[in-house]
Amino acid sequence: MSILVDESTRVAVQGLGRAGLFHAEQCIRFGARIVAGIHPGRGGTKALGFPVFDSMREAAREARPNASLVFVPAGGAADAVHEAIESEVALVACITEGIPALDMVGVADALRGSHTRLVGPNCPGVISPGKCKLGIMPGHIHQPGSVGVVSRSGTLTYEAVGQLSTLGIGQSTCIGIGGDPVIGTSFIDVLELFENDPGTTAVVMIGEIGGSAEEEAAEWVKGHFSKPIAGFIAGATAPPGRRMGHAGAIIAGGKGTASEKQAAMKASGIAVAPTPADLGSTLAALL
Amino acid sequence: MKVHEYQAKEVLRAYGVPTPRGIVAGTATEARAAAEQLGGKVVVKAQIHAGGRGKGGGVKLASQADEVYVRARSILGMNLVTHQTGPEGREVKRVLIEEQVPIAREIYLGITLDRSLGKPVFMASAEGGMEIEDVASENPDAILKEVISRGRLHTFQARRLALGMGIRGDILAPTVRAIGSLARAYDESDATLVEINPFVLTHDGRAVALDAKMDIDDNALFRHPDLAALRDSAEEEPLETDAINHGLNYIKLDGNVGCMVNGAGLAMATMDIIQYAGGMPANFLDVGGGADKGQIKNGFRIILSDPNVKAILVNIFGGILKVDVLAAGIVAATQELNIAVPLVLRLEGTNVEQGRAILAESGLDFIVAGDMKEAAEQAVARAA
Repeated sequence: MSILVDESTRVAVQGLGRAGLFHAEQCIRFGARIVAGIHPGRGGTKALGFPVFDSMREAAREARPNASLVFVPAGGAADAVHEAIESEVALVACITEGIPALDMVGVADALRGSHTRLVGPNCPGVISPGKCKLGIMPGHIHQPGSVGVVSRSGTLTYEAVGQLSTLGIGQSTCIGIGGDPVIGTSFIDVLELFENDPGTTAVVMIGEIGGSAEEEAAEWVKGHFSKPIAGFIAGATAPPGRRMGHAGAIIAGGKGTASEKQAAMKASGIAVAPTPADLGSTLAALL
Repeated sequence: MKVHEYQAKEVLRAYGVPTPRGIVAGTATEARAAAEQLGGKVVVKAQIHAGGRGKGGGVKLASQADEVYVRARSILGMNLVTHQTGPEGREVKRVLIEEQVPIAREIYLGITLDRSLGKPVFMASAEGGMEIEDVASENPDAILKEVISRGRLHTFQARRLALGMGIRGDILAPTVRAIGSLARAYDESDATLVEINPFVLTHDGRAVALDAKMDIDDNALFRHPDLAALRDSAEEEPLETDAINHGLNYIKLDGNVGCMVNGAGLAMATMDIIQYAGGMPANFLDVGGGADKGQIKNGFRIILSDPNVKAILVNIFGGILKVDVLAAGIVAATQELNIAVPLVLRLEGTNVEQGRAILAESGLDFIVAGDMKEAAEQAVARAA
């Protein structure tokens, strides 16, 4: 088993530029069934064997996707997500980086009470190894298995997955929730899905400095999560007041430090990896 | 993107937020002329991108034009050190000359994004002039909050904030109007922060933004050319601006191990593991997902322009960024830039075998590490 994506996922790709096409091809290689592309102006053509539509509404009617992967550039990405929400696409993974924060506030409003779950933006997407890849992560480092991975960071997720696979530990589903201040799916949302997934037996949770999402998740874990978790917080050595790449990774007003987050995780029984090189071994010790 | 106080006030005035009358000056002579034009008593305020200017000696009162000249001359060109500038301080290039207003009361007004709610929140506190972080930790109940939904702060919400601070009578209406205008300015400017500390009520019945701090969302500058023009590069670290111009994200730090990494999370984790290995990172550098040869070269150039760098650790987990492309970039950069410090490479991901072959065939003296921990230990040892 797995969460969010599997063999039955019908994928639409929004934005078929260079990156969109490259990754669509990679997704197909690692098991995604792409049923439609959306690229205004190219409706009626084909790309990589799937039909291309001018709008999500047309794609939804003709190809019935239940997931979408968004590569639309930052200025139009929020609009693309709104379009997918309007067409009631169940899952949207938005890869795009650099979306204005207030655009995402509008998207978050539209998501409330809708039929859509958004993962991201500014994230690597979701993969259930051996079943479906809805994202930009390198497919070959994954192995099917029963460890769930959830992270705010992209390449650090790859690092964790690489360490797990090297140790022979496969993954049920790996999700990058994104490094922006406003995101569609939180740690808690993903943990709840992992808790209810019989195919997931343990979880790696990777946070970073800034905000309070890790503390909130750790608090939630206390009463709601029964499976072992290995955790890590990136940015223990980052200086306050500086935005470390991700718009959301900033220690502001003395809040959002790694030590606070690590303490919250430990207080909830999460095994915190001492260094990023120990992500795999910390999880392995819990199995 | 940060803007200066005088720029923030110009933006806010356009939305109807009252501010003191003021004129910005770049020389003491201009400052005197500004004071003469304003008439009466004025304040001379240093314009730098940092708070705490008053405590650092960057804000002075003056009662006549000659005094303004003297004050401005001492502030302009000074190296102003505040709790936000770091010990090196910041050179003052401009002063804002503003009329003094008869202060009856000081309050705090601020708008920022509440990440848990996914919405902007308007904060107000009767304790104006204090750092909001201090109020939040000592007396959190003293901070009143109203959530801004769909870009709008309703008038009743603005009124509730004002009433909550005990503002009553004739001054209520102008305060509520100013609060509403601030919310509109935040929304329409794509700000990430608007902070008025203090906002003052005056003895002559006015509600005025005495100070103003405004940060604009860098990601939204593409649709605000007028705001983008307010950027003051002189206030920014030149290497960081250089990096942005090449699609890189660089932050200078104090150590001697340079780092080049793809992805912000992995870049932070690399800084962390350098410290666990007993060293100190010289920088944060995220080359991003799709770095090309030119970006790799510029990344090395920027890292090496910091003379403290004694070794460089390259930590790449290639997904989109293919390791062979990266390796070719490293070889080219090493030759073109004559890199003399030890290079420790930890490369993983797509096309890693081809990448390692390129490094081996180059004949150059790289230290290739198998994992992150070994890479960090090697780099720290070489830098020591």
